[in-house]
Amino acid sequence: MGFDESRRRSLLKMTQAAGMLAVGGLIWSAYIYEAKATSLLLLPPGAKQKDEFLKSCIKCGMCVEACPYYTLKLAKPLDNLPVGVPYFTPRDIPCYMCKDVPCVNVCPSGALDKELLTDNGRLDVNKSRMGVAIVDTKNCIAYAGIQCDACYRACPLIDKALYLEYKRNDRTGKHSFLLPMVDNDVCTGCGKCERACVTEIASITVLPRDVVLGKMGTNYIKGWDKQDESRLKDASTQINKTSKDKATDYLNSGGDL
Amino acid sequence: MKYRFLILRRVVQVGILVLFFVGNFSWVSIAGKNYGVYQGDTSVFIEDSRNLAAGESKITNRAMHFFQGNLSSSKIFGVIPMSDPLAVAQLFLAGGALALDIYIGLIVVLVIYGLFLGRAYCAYVCPVNLVVDFAAYLRRKFGLNTLVKQIHIGRNAKYGILFLTLVLCFIFGIAVFEMISPISMLHRGIVFGMGAGFFGILAVFLFDFLLLKNGFCGHICPLGATFSLIGKYSIWRVKYNFEKCTQCMQCVQICPENQVLHNVGRKSAVIDGMACIKCGRCIEVCNDNALTYGIANLIKRRQNEV
Ligand code: SF4
Ligand code: SF4
Ligand code: SF4
Ligand code: SF4
Repeated sequence: MGFDESRRRSLLKMTQAAGMLAVGGLIWSAYIYEAKATSLLLLPPGAKQKDEFLKSCIKCGMCVEACPYYTLKLAKPLDNLPVGVPYFTPRDIPCYMCKDVPCVNVCPSGALDKELLTDNGRLDVNKSRMGVAIVDTKNCIAYAGIQCDACYRACPLIDKALYLEYKRNDRTGKHSFLLPMVDNDVCTGCGKCERACVTEIASITVLPRDVVLGKMGTNYIKGWDKQDESRLKDASTQINKTSKDKATDYLNSGGDL
Repeated sequence: MKYRFLILRRVVQVGILVLFFVGNFSWVSIAGKNYGVYQGDTSVFIEDSRNLAAGESKITNRAMHFFQGNLSSSKIFGVIPMSDPLAVAQLFLAGGALALDIYIGLIVVLVIYGLFLGRAYCAYVCPVNLVVDFAAYLRRKFGLNTLVKQIHIGRNAKYGILFLTLVLCFIFGIAVFEMISPISMLHRGIVFGMGAGFFGILAVFLFDFLLLKNGFCGHICPLGATFSLIGKYSIWRVKYNFEKCTQCMQCVQICPENQVLHNVGRKSAVIDGMACIKCGRCIEVCNDNALTYGIANLIKRRQNEV
């Protein structure tokens, strides 16, 4: 079989098309990976776990339209979230924790999930976990001994999510510190505290929970707390093999210390 | 009238955009003053450091709520849901647990476009059509169609890109075309504010204007590909009459998917290429009434195919 010019050309064309598809796919993938990974923005109340949320939100903006306080925005390109996803910036407009949660009620896709906010068949917006407030103790003026309780007063769950800890101020010997403290378990991440903070840049900031919250793991148990032991239930029973080396060997000839 | 379908298309297209736009319009009254809020832009009173919570909450006009949402998913009169079939396919493959509303919306769209309208979405609804039609107009004006050397991207590339889209959704667990779609960017931009999405639209315009005639919609857009596939057997068609044709080939010149007009100059036929966007441009430019809108006879077409 000799060379057939047209067959050769069509083969070439097919290879080119496949090549272009591959290169395009590669660049696209890199972008997707990047945009999915980086996000410090807060999702609306009732949002599913971030991964699940991104799989379900159809980016219709109905939640944005439903919010009576213009809290929610849809991400635009370069906004650090996949384009079109709803988010809010508490320093501009926090979530006002509407009792009837209109944004969740209107969501057609289930990305904002009523179940997550339902307690005994009742909608309870305080079950939302949009983020968690973190206090910058170096810049918060209350930690400097100046009286301020702006965030504390603003918190809809005052004394539960945000409470004050009283401490004696050794510098003055008299005034006491009234230090804002956040209870991670109760804070909803509504951001009313961040909005209210009087410092130039807010000294109390709401961040996504998965970004800031730690995890104690099963190596540490609070022995004085009976409940805490329940965490051991899922602990791995695999035991790490201990080294056969003697301690002196390890100290003297541990080459790659 | 020469431009009757062009005018009809612009009226429908812009009308839909306006309805979505006013659906999202609202106003608030703070300290006795009324502020209108377009695209959710509150800077007028926020910078005044007037807190919303101090005023009454926003007032929306129910009567203006003809459309809620956007082209990805919407509700008409707050009742009939519609969802973008490509967006749903992407989310489905990404593994999302979608609520019933979305699937009902999908069925509504599949019925309307699958049975009747076919790819007419591209000509009568999609806002990017405004951009690419403008680019095509400028190309004709500046005579670029003959001058500029074109890059080569096949007409079928859009189906390849559709396939790639779906595969990437499955791999990455996210709706990947939605992340770069100029269609959503533009439409969302008009309803909710544009931001950097502007550059996405500009890219489409420049691509069509400088690089490739009917480049985006004709060769790349996976949403166009989706509506082509859905509307393969839709009954609203353009029909061609060989007897009346003087073979001026104006229709082939203007058609954004001119491969579907392959029967022009050869034999009378229903234009049944699925890529036809049913814009009616060919009907308008034909001075000999050789082209008309019509309803395809399904049974007859089946027999022709066999
Ligand atoms: S709960 Fe209310 S204030 Fe908060 S985002 Fe939803 S609609 Fe807006
Ligand atoms: S209403 Fe639901 S689907 Fe629509 S943008 Fe908001 S979260 Fe996404
Ligand atoms: S974000 Fe701030 S205001 Fe809201 S619940 Fe948490 S501590 Fe309170
Ligand atoms: S409002 Fe700001 S400065 Fe005042 S106590 Fe709270 S965090 Fe500190």
